[in-house]
Amino acid sequence: MSDTATAAPSRPRTPEGTRRRRRGGPPGEPRAVGWLYVLPALLVYAAFLLYPLLRAVQISLYDWNGNTLATWAGLDNYVEVVGDPALRASFGHALVLIAFYALLPLVVGLVLAAILGRAKVRGLGFFRTVVFLPQVVAMVVIAVAWRRMYAPDGSINDLLSAIGLDALTRGWLGDYTAALPAVGLIGTWFEIGLVTVLLLAGMGKIPTELYEAARLDGAGAVREFFAVTLPALRGEIAVALTLTVIAALRTFDLVYVTTRGGPGTSTSVPSYEVYNRAFQQGRVGSAAAIAVVLTVIIFAISFGITRIAERER
Amino acid sequence: MRVSRGERATNYVILVAFAVFALWPILGVVVAALGPDDAAGGTVGAGVLGLHPENFVTAWNEGRFGSYLRTSLFVSSTVVVVSVLFSLLAGYALGTMRFRGATVLFYVFLVGIMMPSEAVLVPLYYDLRALGLTDTIWALLLPQVAQSVAFGTFWMRAWFRSANRSVIEAARLDGASTWRILWQVLVPLARPAVVTLTVLTFMWTWNEFLVPLVMVVSESLRTAPLGLAFFQGQYTQGFTLLAAGACIVATPVVVLYLFLQRHFIAGMLEGAVRE
Repeated sequence: MSDTATAAPSRPRTPEGTRRRRRGGPPGEPRAVGWLYVLPALLVYAAFLLYPLLRAVQISLYDWNGNTLATWAGLDNYVEVVGDPALRASFGHALVLIAFYALLPLVVGLVLAAILGRAKVRGLGFFRTVVFLPQVVAMVVIAVAWRRMYAPDGSINDLLSAIGLDALTRGWLGDYTAALPAVGLIGTWFEIGLVTVLLLAGMGKIPTELYEAARLDGAGAVREFFAVTLPALRGEIAVALTLTVIAALRTFDLVYVTTRGGPGTSTSVPSYEVYNRAFQQGRVGSAAAIAVVLTVIIFAISFGITRIAERER
Repeated sequence: MRVSRGERATNYVILVAFAVFALWPILGVVVAALGPDDAAGGTVGAGVLGLHPENFVTAWNEGRFGSYLRTSLFVSSTVVVVSVLFSLLAGYALGTMRFRGATVLFYVFLVGIMMPSEAVLVPLYYDLRALGLTDTIWALLLPQVAQSVAFGTFWMRAWFRSANRSVIEAARLDGASTWRILWQVLVPLARPAVVTLTVLTFMWTWNEFLVPLVMVVSESLRTAPLGLAFFQGQYTQGFTLLAAGACIVATPVVVLYLFLQRHFIAGMLEGAVRE
């Protein structure tokens, strides 16, 4: 194998394309050997991700309880996703979670980044380490921690009592109206660090001349933010939104450990419905249909946000 | 940029407020884990400096966290070794070679980064069950290798593409085979990218919850996060031991993060930015 490359330059030049698959040909030529390198990854990936995805589509067209014979259902399971109020509600809950996971952290992150970007602040490295920390803690641990804080005798209620808001205290995760925002707030806490650090990295790339020019034009801090900072961060904002929106749509561990969809179905989300139907209720076809719809939504959002960010650039 | 003293003071107030907000739930767990055991009716007589590190021993034994940590360590390290190796090979080919189908392959792997595991886990469970593989270590390893390989291939391809081409060409002129170029020339240069990939894969595998929840019934195959969720379900008196268990589950990754935070942050930010 080692002689082919050294020999190559002395060989007479062959017309392009006739010896394309020779091993170790000149740089830049097509090399079928690439397939051998890709093969191990491709095999595992195809067997345990791609093939199951196709199977999910197939199963979603059947009525199946996981054990006995499946019966053809056509698009019934998909009709159910649109028509069943409980399922529609779970997608609605996902929308609420998007506000908490994506929009709220983005607003907070922009304010934080705008403030930090204006001044040299000491301890920025420490701050970055601390606010990013939630990203590396296992979601189950986070859920355990927040469950305790939301408990009737937990620290959230203690805090409310301490500032004289006893009327607001409650068992947050057991309350029909409060449970979903309470779960969402955990997502806000979890994502703020990621968004802020991402935006701070983007701020670092903005040339300071832009700010100086804005100052010379008499811009204040607010005008400066809208005229310079916000447009320059468009790419980072798109990335932050894509990541956080997908995280919101995929919320499973958090709901499983904190509320199991309850009280009632007030915190049920699509990914929890997938699990619940496939592994608790024995409605595998329906679960697969929800999973497929969720996947399509996630793909559409990923492509959509990337497109918009690129077009407006 | 020069800012007024008042603005500077406001900045620090805001920074401290958000740092406290980020740390509060985490510190709450640590403090509870070190406090007197609230389920045992408050074992009076404070331990060292009023702390009760013996809670960790109790939680370790009652919650069987030793077994869960062993499983997690085995699963995470196996997934890391196999998927980083496969990702290096695939990323090398896709990043430095031109061959028929390379572009299509790249997009095929890209799909895997976005795909939610919820979507594939339902069919995967029933297919693996038909093969008699559920509730075995394979059901924990293989799906997670597949997920990690998708991101890893994408990550290593980006690095190999940006690698200095003249290094590769020089090595080739010296008679090195593609195999030797990869291992003797490129991998040593790629060390930072490989470390970052290793760290991220380890964290994601360690923290994964849904795959073990669906695939495993035996207690001996429970991973640390799964064990914690079950411990919470069974152990309902008091919070002290649950908090100690939560600390045990979170500590390996948090310690790694504090030492290698640059790799975590850079990896998660760069990996997110698709070309």
